[in-house]
Amino acid sequence: MSTGWTREQMAARAAQDIPDGSYVNLGIGIPELVTRFVPEGREFIYHTENGMLGMGPPPDDDARDLDLMNAGKKYVTALPGAAYFHHADSFSMIRGGHIDVCVLGTMQVAANGDIANWSTGAPDAVPAVGGAMDLVQGVKNIFVITQHTTRNGEPKLIDKCSYPVTGVGVVSRIFTDLAVVDITPDGFRIVELAPGVTFEEVQQKTGATILPPG
Amino acid sequence: MINKTYPSVAEAVADIPDGATVMVGGFGASGSPIELLHALIDHGASDLTVINNNTGNGEVGLAALIGNGQVKKMICSFPRSSQSRVFPKLYREGRIELEIVPQGTLAERIRSAGAGIPAFYTPTSVGTVLAENKEMREFDGRNYVLEPWLKADFALIKCEVADPLGNLTYNKTARNFSPLMCMAAKTTIVQTGKLVARGDIDPEHVVTPGIFVNRIVEVTDPVHEDTLIAAERSYP
Repeated sequence: MSTGWTREQMAARAAQDIPDGSYVNLGIGIPELVTRFVPEGREFIYHTENGMLGMGPPPDDDARDLDLMNAGKKYVTALPGAAYFHHADSFSMIRGGHIDVCVLGTMQVAANGDIANWSTGAPDAVPAVGGAMDLVQGVKNIFVITQHTTRNGEPKLIDKCSYPVTGVGVVSRIFTDLAVVDITPDGFRIVELAPGVTFEEVQQKTGATILPPG
Repeated sequence: MINKTYPSVAEAVADIPDGATVMVGGFGASGSPIELLHALIDHGASDLTVINNNTGNGEVGLAALIGNGQVKKMICSFPRSSQSRVFPKLYREGRIELEIVPQGTLAERIRSAGAGIPAFYTPTSVGTVLAENKEMREFDGRNYVLEPWLKADFALIKCEVADPLGNLTYNKTARNFSPLMCMAAKTTIVQTGKLVARGDIDPEHVVTPGIFVNRIVEVTDPVHEDTLIAAERSYP
């Protein structure tokens, strides 16, 4: 069996599906890598929930501004043409359908597009939702980048989320290390297999029926 | 002549009573009004309900206020982060209450209070545990959940530049929730890095109009939460 796509290749593959001129919000983790793989000739404008459009890459340590952070509380820069705004405007952009694409990581995705990426529901866990529930309801296209299975080999693409959901029926496309998968009215459907990966392998590692490309 | 300036952070927070609801500006470290928070620790008001996106970091600022036992309840969207230790410990021990609110709903609940809108419908959280037992309504074929305004007795805010009328500008992403909280609190207390004369802020550049601000204290060279944490400082 092959190893499929790397984290970088998953991010690069997702970037290919983002149209030129899109306003994009990126989640923490692998989604952040998308900025490195913008296809030539395209421009994406990055939104961060804490109040900026036109977010740029991290600064050099000696050039950082302690008041210029992203939603993951990492230091970032502002590109020429950037804009700052308060939280109600920022979430109006999200909830009002003005952001084109959001790329999120996840713990689970269900075959009907439900996503669970905010809480395991464990009794001793401190629940923390941040902007995830606003993003999945408000952004026009919800993309997910995730390993196809957990570290223990359990499927993350499943029939029904066992963790508390972040949103219901909101995901449109999933980029895993093994395949690109769409949420369709008939459930998961493979759009593209990673090089060397077979349909049978993907089906075996998916916790729901998955339809072949076509 | 209207002049909302106060001589010290101690005097600006001196009338915050036990049991007050206090909004605290900032998103993580950026925009956190550290000097006002430390003045509130010195002042000692207890049984506070605090509204902030997070729960503070390290053992300074908001985390120190919580660690000092002055907060009975936090209303926030993201109570844990890599540097957040004080709140998670108290929460697991059952010594502090938590109301978890999605970040955009938190912002809009605060804005609504400032705008005189008692409740609004939002798609955020529909179908999740956070919408359980809340009023739902369908608009144009889609479900929405009713969320109430969120008011406060006081707001503690950090800004970059203020004039004596309370017109404010902020620095970059340190703005975040602060303009909304200024609107939503009965008494808004602002620490400003620079106090300028009336007329020195271009009216086109005012972010928070002075009508939303009650008290202004100049705190030049304010400390930044990240700087204190990097130095492993704690307060008091």
